[in-house]
Amino acid sequence: MTGEDTRHLPLEDLHQAAGARFGAFAGWSMPLTYPPGVMKEHLHTREHAGLFDISHMKLFAVSGPGAAALLNRACPLDAGALEISQSKYTFFLNEAAGIIDDLIVTRLGQDRFMVVANAGNAVEDEKHLLALASDFDARVEPLDRVFLAIQGPDAWAALARTGIETGSLLFMHGIEPRPNWFMSRSGYTGEDGFEIGLPEADARDLVARLLEDERVQWIGLAARDSLRLEAGLCLHGQDLTPEIDPASAGLMWAIPKEVRAAGHFIGADALRSILERGPAQKRIGLKPDGRQPVRAGAALVDADGNPAGHVTSGGFGPTTGHPVAMGYVNTALAKPGTKLFADVRGTKIPVDVTSLPFTPHRYRKG
Amino acid sequence: MAKTYFTEDHEWLRVEGGVATVGITDYAQEQLGDLVFVELPEIGRKLAKGDTAVVVESVKAASDVYAPVDGEITEVNATLSADPALVNSAATGDGWLWKMKLANESQLDSLMDEAAYKAHIG
Repeated sequence: MTGEDTRHLPLEDLHQAAGARFGAFAGWSMPLTYPPGVMKEHLHTREHAGLFDISHMKLFAVSGPGAAALLNRACPLDAGALEISQSKYTFFLNEAAGIIDDLIVTRLGQDRFMVVANAGNAVEDEKHLLALASDFDARVEPLDRVFLAIQGPDAWAALARTGIETGSLLFMHGIEPRPNWFMSRSGYTGEDGFEIGLPEADARDLVARLLEDERVQWIGLAARDSLRLEAGLCLHGQDLTPEIDPASAGLMWAIPKEVRAAGHFIGADALRSILERGPAQKRIGLKPDGRQPVRAGAALVDADGNPAGHVTSGGFGPTTGHPVAMGYVNTALAKPGTKLFADVRGTKIPVDVTSLPFTPHRYRKG
Repeated sequence: MAKTYFTEDHEWLRVEGGVATVGITDYAQEQLGDLVFVELPEIGRKLAKGDTAVVVESVKAASDVYAPVDGEITEVNATLSADPALVNSAATGDGWLWKMKLANESQLDSLMDEAAYKAHIG
């Protein structure tokens, strides 16, 4: 099922013991589902707390007097303007303003930042960042950590039970609560929750204590995908690619105004000219009529059969109770309420352009 | 007397009077996970062995179910339109997919019986 080069999670034995079904993702053998199955896992996360092993993702520590300048070059970001413990969703852009990866940068100290990157791009991200770092007085250090996410309305209480207080930590903030730990209040489900990078021995201890709590269950990658799709969050490699810029992706909110206007990040010129003429396509939500899912790759056409765009992520939303999708359409067709058709194996499924997310975000902002 | 056959693609056929009721095995439904949609064929459609007869969709993916033998669709399990999860809860019973009139009963000889199928899935 998996090739020789497949990487294995440090906690794989725990997932095997929990009865996980594994599958390949971004070069890793990942738990896709556990015995309850994707539907129950998804709903459990929205109602209680889901525990995810996301150690396939990569943490980089960026430090040194030139750390902020390096990040400001690599990302459309004003890293020096972040308060200590503040996190920011951002991207690595190429010269054409295409998204190499989307990331979360957290300021940990005056000259210290944590960068959390996607598994599928970890190798490329590291090369990119190291190559840029040679022009700056900054050090890039890939960290060897187990990375766990605990997501859902009971996440904070489950952590508190294990002695980890989260009270003062707000959404999109990150701290180092213990040596070699990094914990942020963030996630990929639309729920309140936390992501914790920590050494393997500490992780085994934390997992054991969390799973004593009946509110906490392991959740696999399949439900992680349906949760993020309902929450309208992008998956790099599908909804974001090096051919897609932040304006088309509807992610300009992640770029501060001053950075848009005057930032010296890679891709700045290209992004400014895209903004000037307006993006040709836009990312939108899609709600298919009926129960048949519309999936990534499906072509979209307008009422007259003219090409309109394509679907980049699609599946069934266990919380919404209907199929959900997102994709890109010509800007003129991006208005919510626009009626389009998705081609699914030759059948034209009516779909409505809709705003995102499908399920409201429940972040703890203050 | 009905006789049940199995395929390497994890389908079962219950044959009685030249008509086969076809579904997927319990092993297959477990592999697929929670089903959310079943695309059923039209009644009267003629299928050759290996043609896609039904598409079953889980939360995550769509999977083809192939015609195990040649024949013509005589009935589909319309209950599945409203309750696709019946395939998960009763794969070899109420979660059947379609019925087909067999065009060539000798094709059944190449299929497995239950013991052989159990050995096949290990």
